[in-house]
Amino acid sequence: MRYLPLTEADRREMLAEIGVAAVAELYRDVPEAARLPGPIAGLANHRGELEVDRLLSAMAAKNVTAGSVPFFLGGGAYRHHVPATVDSLLQRGEFLTAYTPYQPEIAQGTLQYLFEFQSQVALLTGMEVANASMYDGATACAEAVMMANRTTKRSRAVLAGNLHPHYRDTTATLARFNGFEIVAGDPAPAGKEDLAGKIDAATSCVVVQTPDVFGHVHDLTALAAACQAKGALLIAVVTEAVSLGLLTPPGAMGADIVVGEGQSLGMPLSFGGPYLGLFAAKEKYIRQMPGRLIGQTVDADGRRGWVLTLSTREQHIRREKATSNICTNSGLCALAFTMHLTLLGETGFTDLARLNHAKAVQLAEKLGDLKGLRILTDGFFNEFTIDVGRRANKVVNKLAKRGILAGVPATRLFPDSDGLTDLLLVAATECTTEADMDALARGLGELL
Amino acid sequence: MSQIKFTKDHEWIAVDGETGVVGITDYAQHALGDIVFVELPEIGREVSQGKEAAVVESVKAASEVYAPVDGEILAINDGLTDEPAQVNADPEGAGWFFKVRITAPAQLDGLMDKAAYQTYLEGLV
Amino acid sequence: MTNAKTISGHQGLQMDEPLIFELDSPGSSGVDLPPPPAVKSRLGAVAARNGVGLPGLTEPEVVRHYTRLSQKNYAIDAGFYPLGSCTMKHNPRLNEKMARLPGFADVHPLQPMTTVQGALELIDTLAGWLKTLTGMKAVAMSPAAGAHGEMCGMMAIAAAHDHRGGPARKRVLVPESAHGTNPATAAALGYSVEAIPATEDGRIDLAAFKAKLGFDVAAVMLTNPNTCGLFEREVRELAEAVHEAGAFLYCDGANFNAIVGRVRPADLGVDAMHINLHKTFSTPHGGGGPGSGPVVFSEALAPFVPLPAIIHDDDGYRLIESQDDDDGTALAFGRMKAFHGQMGVFIRALAYTLSHGADGLYQSSADAVLSANYLLAKLKGTFNAPFDGPCMHEALFDDKSLKGTGVGTLDIAKALIDEGFHPMTVYFPLVVHGAMLIEPTESESKRSIDQFIATMKGLAERAKTDAASFHAAPILAPRRRLDETAAARKPVLKWKKGA
Repeated sequence: MRYLPLTEADRREMLAEIGVAAVAELYRDVPEAARLPGPIAGLANHRGELEVDRLLSAMAAKNVTAGSVPFFLGGGAYRHHVPATVDSLLQRGEFLTAYTPYQPEIAQGTLQYLFEFQSQVALLTGMEVANASMYDGATACAEAVMMANRTTKRSRAVLAGNLHPHYRDTTATLARFNGFEIVAGDPAPAGKEDLAGKIDAATSCVVVQTPDVFGHVHDLTALAAACQAKGALLIAVVTEAVSLGLLTPPGAMGADIVVGEGQSLGMPLSFGGPYLGLFAAKEKYIRQMPGRLIGQTVDADGRRGWVLTLSTREQHIRREKATSNICTNSGLCALAFTMHLTLLGETGFTDLARLNHAKAVQLAEKLGDLKGLRILTDGFFNEFTIDVGRRANKVVNKLAKRGILAGVPATRLFPDSDGLTDLLLVAATECTTEADMDALARGLGELL
Repeated sequence: MSQIKFTKDHEWIAVDGETGVVGITDYAQHALGDIVFVELPEIGREVSQGKEAAVVESVKAASEVYAPVDGEILAINDGLTDEPAQVNADPEGAGWFFKVRITAPAQLDGLMDKAAYQTYLEGLV
Repeated sequence: MTNAKTISGHQGLQMDEPLIFELDSPGSSGVDLPPPPAVKSRLGAVAARNGVGLPGLTEPEVVRHYTRLSQKNYAIDAGFYPLGSCTMKHNPRLNEKMARLPGFADVHPLQPMTTVQGALELIDTLAGWLKTLTGMKAVAMSPAAGAHGEMCGMMAIAAAHDHRGGPARKRVLVPESAHGTNPATAAALGYSVEAIPATEDGRIDLAAFKAKLGFDVAAVMLTNPNTCGLFEREVRELAEAVHEAGAFLYCDGANFNAIVGRVRPADLGVDAMHINLHKTFSTPHGGGGPGSGPVVFSEALAPFVPLPAIIHDDDGYRLIESQDDDDGTALAFGRMKAFHGQMGVFIRALAYTLSHGADGLYQSSADAVLSANYLLAKLKGTFNAPFDGPCMHEALFDDKSLKGTGVGTLDIAKALIDEGFHPMTVYFPLVVHGAMLIEPTESESKRSIDQFIATMKGLAERAKTDAASFHAAPILAPRRRLDETAAARKPVLKWKKGA
């Protein structure tokens, strides 16, 4: 078998050295009843590459790919163009097959790119420090709430109704078992929520997303002040990282913690994962931050280098008293993100953001001309909500049959909410062509 | 009259009437290695004998510093926040952690004096 | 002996590479974008920002930067990682090719179900293999890493106890030798954690364990094989006692590589176990993630498995994303993360699993255990092995043999770096002094293992007479020992202009 280097001769020699007749003797501590006599029945035996390729390619062929049709889905994951350079570099074995940088002398590659990543995330979010990434935006959000609870010594989190439901639900799961309270608002497709009014002396944080799940862009300045007045932290959530190339960042609006999803840069959609949690905060909170942190230092020869630092917050040292149970970050995804962002640079990233917004405006203009639909989002980045006047999921399914992936029905994200059945979330990026937009407009026009 | 007492967890308390200054011993700072951070209690906080009053972190470990006796925190050594290395350099002097008003003075009788602590250390390997 | 000084700062193929911020050419970019359509801005409430502050580099500069960084990294592709409990096996390239098929990579998680049948089939197929390999009834595919899987398993247990009702169960028992994530997870869920002592032969003290059990224990978190590399012989008796007390047995599956394909955790009495796809199933470590930690569950815990779930019936595959009586997800305890799980990692793991098949996996675990025992046999004369063999897939040594030399476990580790090896796991498990935990995995050749053994023996010999050389190590790596104290005392966590 191609992945197993030991030969039969090797095995015999090794058994002789150990002093047993067969490998089965090495398993003698396993209860007899649990020792299987041979390979598990009912499972196929080994296959060559050709066969595995054929099997998996057949599965892949059963999916409709975003690039093969007019495509308008967003809802927390966005289709962007990743330059060929990024994936090519990502596949270098020294990045792909490296371990966590616990031995920094031989991991300076990983440590330097993560330090650059932390620096970039701090710049994008307008915050003082960022960590070396989390599993995804939703878990980063939940961890941010836990951090706010620890820092304020309170246990009641206020969540905006327009926070992505997966982020809300992930936080709610942690709340249930960790014993804190969340107060989640109802979805507000028109984009208006009174969050300041919900803050009291027991509130640890307010979690608000911008652009929100319906696409609305929010100015958080007033809310930040309201939070500060009551001693609560403002947590801003950003699910479309490219928006930070054009919009005033949450850090500049007074956020205490910014979390988000980095999938937009460097990573394919990949049916939902693996993605990349972004986590940034004010410097005064660094000892309460979850996740890995890379710090700069010098070596014994005085040369600059980088190390994992402030590890005493983490589970392998504090055990029960750890800030979180997290063991890993999303290293390779962080590398993809940082390489893509480095390739873009200042002008490329800001141009990309402008291009995304312009494409979405262009789409909105074309759709806005259609009778039978209404655009609900006045201020947006690259995603907005339309009311199609009938069940949006049926519209999406019909259009899918015609070869158009029209967007995310709100009911897909909010299955239990009333009054959202006719709403459709549509996104446009630099990948969206005018022909795509015309196809969608035509398709909707025929249906509505 | 002032006296110094020691705990099995390597804390010392320098008693002066109703108050005491608390820190960790030279043995403890040596075992921990380079101290990188000290988390001190808030002034006014009530502490209980044997319960966590402060945390001291080195690069590889974090250790609780337990209150040697019941009391109320009167003062903390702010300087440790910027210069945690003082704990290594002068653990039984400038590296003190906090000052406490002793509310259960009888507990001091259960602690070791300098000679007893030395003997105790020799017993540890 | 330090590295020779050169004019450029580079040393042969070892390039000295600045930070991207130090390579900034304002206005440069490695991407050419078309001009945007001429439309009016509709940003609304928020003003456009005035730049971000990122550096500009062109494509050749970017390629050179990251290529040079990669050259400072050790990796499985380049050499042996004898890291205990990490299972650093070969990462097959077929995995990478399959994950990049557009039919998987270019698919959005929220597309209509009819357009993603192949994606759902892939997840379901992998789920089926994991259930059959472990003998378990249900599986949660969404956790993003091992620690996340632990959290998932323990949440399901907490939900099951909630549902049953009865007196509160606030205690969780964990062996002293457990990985730090175990007590951290239990504590995060509000449990008080108690340690289970071990016997002289490195396994759980069953009598002492039974004495700690009670009707207020929610769960016992076990690792098996344990973190000392030993199989817990009395695991079935332990499981029986746990179940009699009305508690659940959680198994940390980090060491599954020792038994995959030849022992089923269900046959040991396990109720929930997370699997590290990035360990046992060959998906790449990527310098620290992404991982994937699916959790298999027994019949008793199956109703509580978190969302989303995948159902396969006559109508095809579909995702259940909210609780539904009809689909058996009414008691699902909630959601662990956004979307459906680490799909890119699933594809890689399935490519590996299909390649090995049942017979390949049966052989791979045997080779892993054989190699570790070979290592144990060869080194126990040189380094002290605290426990008698046989071991499972990893061999444990302590630092007794180094006493009096002035050389510690850390120094051995740093010396190994100069010898071209990544160090083994050091100072874990905590129950042994100066631990050295070595896991060869089944994908090391005998030649490679023999070279490692010879090196370790040579280092042990040199430690007797030349401690100074160990304290100076490493001297040949891209960096010498780094000042971690300074990094922690005055954290510098990002680049600053003028710094």
